[in-house]
Amino acid sequence: MSQAPKPEELLRVSHIPPKKDWMDPRVDLIPGTWGYPGKASSLETLGLPNPREWNPTDEDWKLPPNWKEIIHEGLKERLEKYRSLKVFLDICVRCGACADKCHFFIGSGDPKNMPVLRAELLRSIYRKDFTAVGRMLGTFAGGRELTEDVIKEWFYYFHQCTECRRCSLYCPYGIDTAEITIVVRELLNLIGVNIDWILGAAANCYRTGNHLGLEPHTFKGNIDFLVDDIEEYVGVRLNPTFNRKGAEVLFIAPSGDVFADPGIFTYMGYLMLFEHIGLDYTISTYASEGGNFGLFTSQETMKRLNSKMYAEAKRLGVKWILGGECGHMWRVLHQYMDTMNGPADFLEVPKSPLTGTVFDNAKSTKMIHIVEFMADLIHHGKLKLNPKRNDYLRTTWHDSCNVSRGMGMFEEPRYVLKSVCNNFFEMPENTIREQTFCCGGGTGLNAGEFEYLRMMGGMPRAFAVKHVQEKHGVNLLVNVCALDRAILPPLMDYWAPEVAVSGLTELVANALVMEGEHDRPTDLRGEDIPGLEGDE
Amino acid sequence: MAVWYSLLLVLGMSLFVYLGAGLLGLQAIFGIVIPYAAILVFLIGFTMRVLGWAKSPVPFRIPTTAGQQKSLDWIKPSKIDSPYTTWGVVGRMAMEVLLFRSLFRNTKAEITEGKLAYGSNKWLWLGGILFHYTFLTIVIRHLRFFTEPVPYFVQVLDNIDGMLQIGSPVIYQTDVILVAALLFLLIRRLVSPQLRYLSLPADYFPLFLILGIALSGIMMRYFAIFKVDLMSVKVLAMGLATFNPTVPEGIGVMFYIHLFFFSMLLAYFPFSKLMHLGGVFLSPTRNLPNDSRMVRHVNPWNAPVKVHTYEHYEDDFREKMIEADLPVEKQA
Ligand code: SF4
Ligand code: SF4
Repeated sequence: MSQAPKPEELLRVSHIPPKKDWMDPRVDLIPGTWGYPGKASSLETLGLPNPREWNPTDEDWKLPPNWKEIIHEGLKERLEKYRSLKVFLDICVRCGACADKCHFFIGSGDPKNMPVLRAELLRSIYRKDFTAVGRMLGTFAGGRELTEDVIKEWFYYFHQCTECRRCSLYCPYGIDTAEITIVVRELLNLIGVNIDWILGAAANCYRTGNHLGLEPHTFKGNIDFLVDDIEEYVGVRLNPTFNRKGAEVLFIAPSGDVFADPGIFTYMGYLMLFEHIGLDYTISTYASEGGNFGLFTSQETMKRLNSKMYAEAKRLGVKWILGGECGHMWRVLHQYMDTMNGPADFLEVPKSPLTGTVFDNAKSTKMIHIVEFMADLIHHGKLKLNPKRNDYLRTTWHDSCNVSRGMGMFEEPRYVLKSVCNNFFEMPENTIREQTFCCGGGTGLNAGEFEYLRMMGGMPRAFAVKHVQEKHGVNLLVNVCALDRAILPPLMDYWAPEVAVSGLTELVANALVMEGEHDRPTDLRGEDIPGLEGDE
Repeated sequence: MAVWYSLLLVLGMSLFVYLGAGLLGLQAIFGIVIPYAAILVFLIGFTMRVLGWAKSPVPFRIPTTAGQQKSLDWIKPSKIDSPYTTWGVVGRMAMEVLLFRSLFRNTKAEITEGKLAYGSNKWLWLGGILFHYTFLTIVIRHLRFFTEPVPYFVQVLDNIDGMLQIGSPVIYQTDVILVAALLFLLIRRLVSPQLRYLSLPADYFPLFLILGIALSGIMMRYFAIFKVDLMSVKVLAMGLATFNPTVPEGIGVMFYIHLFFFSMLLAYFPFSKLMHLGGVFLSPTRNLPNDSRMVRHVNPWNAPVKVHTYEHYEDDFREKMIEADLPVEKQA
């Protein structure tokens, strides 16, 4: 925890606004709350404008000479393209209902992190440049001049929003500040203002198919390691196939699960589950990323990265696509993919080969979530489970923002979790389901240099966990998102030590009774399971 | 500052009418020209704004889901909060527009003694809903000035509103509630440090203006010195409604202030945040079904993009793929 102060200090956050008028755009770049700029090479890979070396702490950001015009034209174009933007810029009544709904405001107390004021940062420019009243009355009507300081302010505050949409839930008009953030990040990208953790990942996805930049052989190699681990801990040798034509199902997971702890245990879980039910599936090295860093860059980049899924499904001739545990991946798949890259008329409506269930909820997109798939399997008794293997765990469920407010998947994961684990405790009502709190690091704010911001932004989530930790002895925070699996562990270390983090399929696999397995005194992490000796 | 500017503006406006309609005797301007102009601005402005929004397409289906999606048969979907049918969307919109459903969710986050708590906070919802419904009732009640005979439902509404039979003339409950709600909304803005920080003149101005309308109306009705001749008011109103305007003598200046405030509200409406009245219906996070995987949503400006195709990918990595036993389309 280099940049973040001690939790006690952070708790003393004040929500009283400063003296300085919000219309003053100048910002202090507090260490630990902003990201390093996108590398020129990443921008070049993606063909994005204004690749250069620059630093946010420099006075000169080396913007293109006509940057003002670019932003103006860019905003104009987007007003014509998105009704959401236009309506949201026009109708906010500044009632403040959204203000204390944002985890970044709760955690930081910075008034510009109130969703309403975050949106005003763009709205004030829009008023001045695009409305008659604003043009005439200027500041009096809430208009602001577009200056380089405004660009710097945008860079700072629109990378302090994780597009979690919690604000939009409470707004009486459904104003979604995430939509504003998406647009402002697009505008900033037009003049080459962006952060490396997003751009680097997007460039990697574009080139190699996954955000880690794993080339095909390495990607396969990593999964082979997981296969070895499964053999060691479970005693069963699996043979996943790659890029295999004619498989029934193409499986795509967030690539974080292939590489990073504790996501890898979830990936082991996927592999074991598929083996257990004998699914005819294949993994692609080309479409090897479920997550989509384009969503945090621009609509176009999102589409370019996402296009690989359908293209690969078509090339391999599979029937349908199964998606792994990820958050923003599912926002894109559920709400954007079919529109951007469909229609997927070369695929069939997903049908579970084991239960015969036809997933009509995905009859157009033809891609279902692994949790939907598992819930159906368990409901039909197709999995041999021994939930006792998870008895040493006391779990709670973190609803990831994107599958909550951008999809509405609440019951499926709870059903699965309760089926494989006997100890489950809900966090307080105002912090779960559609009201869930962000982990504090979505949309590319997971970089090391954002650590302080993440500890602030993750505070509401962490406090809810701490509550069930103290009350019920919860020791495992289960979730269905790859970013959560990366972001929540340090957050827990900081606010609620001793609470571990895992994906859902990991627990399913830990409870799975595999054919031909040997004695399994350890879990998938290779750790001894307390109290299992003498069982079975 | 913002609050004083707005207050001064509204006070200045009443002075302006006092001079114009009272001292200079320009009743025709204040009684006919300005109201007609205001209505015109309102109608044209409102329509233009809505058409302007409608002109921009909705490229993606992005409802904010606030309940269980429709997926497996045995999982109960949330028909209203995560609607997947047209009727579900209609239900959701009705709840939003008529009952302020989202505002009803409001909570208040507080850090006390190292704990974060979320209290239920329905005051804004209550103040908002009381304000809107009393205002609506009062507007409808005013139809009795513009119609002859007065429609039955207006009479009924009038009777219900004066049901408590307090005072003479009878005090309308809505008058009292409206003023109370307005004061609540105003005071809330001033007392909460965050709200005061972000409030613009455009937030205070409509509050003062509507407060001005309400107070001028109340003064006319209940205070003898401001009393106006109701029969003459009706003649003027009927004249306006039948496009046969006349200005009867002897209507007190308070009436012109009342009418002017209302005209200003109408004229100001299309250029302000008050357009949320129209906008709420067009909000894509509320008025779309959560069925994006069932039914394809078409984006009118969806255009091809440059992608990294599989062929390119294989060209980039063919050797390594072959070495790792990965199938390839073309041998090296
Ligand atoms: S809740 Fe909606 S209308 Fe109210 S301030 Fe926030 S964005 Fe504006
Ligand atoms: S989308 Fe989430 S992070 Fe962004 S302003 Fe709204 S609540 Fe805050």
